[in-house]
Amino acid sequence: MAHKIRKRTARPQGAASRTRRAPRSQPARRVLVLVATRKGAWLYHGDATRKTWRVDGPHFLGHIISHLVLDPRDGRTLLAAAKTGHLGPTVFRSTDLGRTWKEAARPPAFAPAPAGENGRAVDHTFWLTPGHSAEPNTWYAGTSPQGLFRSEDGGVTWNPFSSINDDPRYRAWMGTVQDGTPDGPKLHSIIVDPRDSRHLYFAMSGGGVHESVDGGRTFTPIVKGLEVVEGFDATNISFHDPHCVRLCPSNPDRLYQQNHCGIYRLDRPSNEWVRIGKNMPKRVGDVGFPLVVHPRDADTAWVFPMDASTVWPRTSPEGIPAVYVTRNGGKTWQRLDSGMPERQGWWTVKRQAMTADAQDPVGLYFGTTSGELWTSRDEGRRWACIARHLPEIYAVEAAELA
Amino acid sequence: MKVLIPSSLRSYTQHSEAEASGATLAAVLADLDRAYPGIRFRMVDEQSRIRRHIRIFVNGDQVRDLSQPLRATDEVVIVQALSGG
Repeated sequence: MAHKIRKRTARPQGAASRTRRAPRSQPARRVLVLVATRKGAWLYHGDATRKTWRVDGPHFLGHIISHLVLDPRDGRTLLAAAKTGHLGPTVFRSTDLGRTWKEAARPPAFAPAPAGENGRAVDHTFWLTPGHSAEPNTWYAGTSPQGLFRSEDGGVTWNPFSSINDDPRYRAWMGTVQDGTPDGPKLHSIIVDPRDSRHLYFAMSGGGVHESVDGGRTFTPIVKGLEVVEGFDATNISFHDPHCVRLCPSNPDRLYQQNHCGIYRLDRPSNEWVRIGKNMPKRVGDVGFPLVVHPRDADTAWVFPMDASTVWPRTSPEGIPAVYVTRNGGKTWQRLDSGMPERQGWWTVKRQAMTADAQDPVGLYFGTTSGELWTSRDEGRRWACIARHLPEIYAVEAAELA
Repeated sequence: MKVLIPSSLRSYTQHSEAEASGATLAAVLADLDRAYPGIRFRMVDEQSRIRRHIRIFVNGDQVRDLSQPLRATDEVVIVQALSGG
């Protein structure tokens, strides 16, 4: 290969000036990292410096845990989206940080189909999003096949939400099981605007990005500017494959997206996504699964690029893993790989498996499908592995404990 | 009637055997769910289809139809089928 990826030896620009700043003086809040895997869930309790981690797990050993999320509104309610190879999907709930778990009384499930029709069944709940801060106990869930569900009692009972689950137009955009990701088409990236509980977004793989301004009563596609696989028609919503969409907490008018076809930014009220991934190094490309936004700086976002050549290995390009960061809204990108393997690192990081905490400097966390958990305490400048030999990691979330 | 419970569902029943009654398989599963809330949905989806990796045998014969009539003397065995690694 003519151009080999070279590991950075110099400190990345941009990251340096930011991380040199003194941490804010505030009582240290402990970080809890929630790791969902194909064979169970693990909780990692950080010390005040985020240097050492106490492992608590496995929880639900043998269960497929697609997502494990702590309610930021009460700081103690955990929801876990679970199933096994044999058993149907359900949601477990803990109000004591995982010491005890109780199953949802009514997990997400589609409405029974009229007699004679072949109705859909939830294969697994894939995505969990806590509701608006003014709506305590409200949660949203996205499923495979694509469905949107809501709970108003902290995750105990779930109901189909909005019309999209049965809307013929949305059903066409969702496609069939064959149109989705290998383990089923998914509804994900459910986002609640922190300024307005009635302003919602979600995304589907496949099936595009959608927005509601009426509390979920109606949704509208928002795909202008997004590319689709060459040869397909971008005006057909079902050909759009957003992998991960994030809203910037510090500027809720800005969204970033990692798509099957590139990295994008959207600044509302515009409806047109801009492909900021074109500014990534050509030999790395701009395909990946996760995207992470900075808790306080809407110009900063991190991605984990993967190899999308030939048969789509979906591993780190050339086997040299790296995170890339932009500090200017996607105009330029810097490679962040200090501490990661310098060769033979064939990692895949799934769309929910990379996240940030809210500390200063920001801590970053990602989990690989090969079962390694990596962290950075300085916004990606240096990385360390804090767990290996875990099952395939599906999701990583960072929560803060008082 | 006696219902044999696979290991994967014993977090609900605590035992390998449970007692349930009903004139059909659907009624027996509904009765089981009353005693052990949530157990039915792990075996039967929201369209009343037995899930892909669940098998139910009555007196040794596999039953795929939830409306199958049952007698109080029948023995129901629920097993988990292969689902891969």
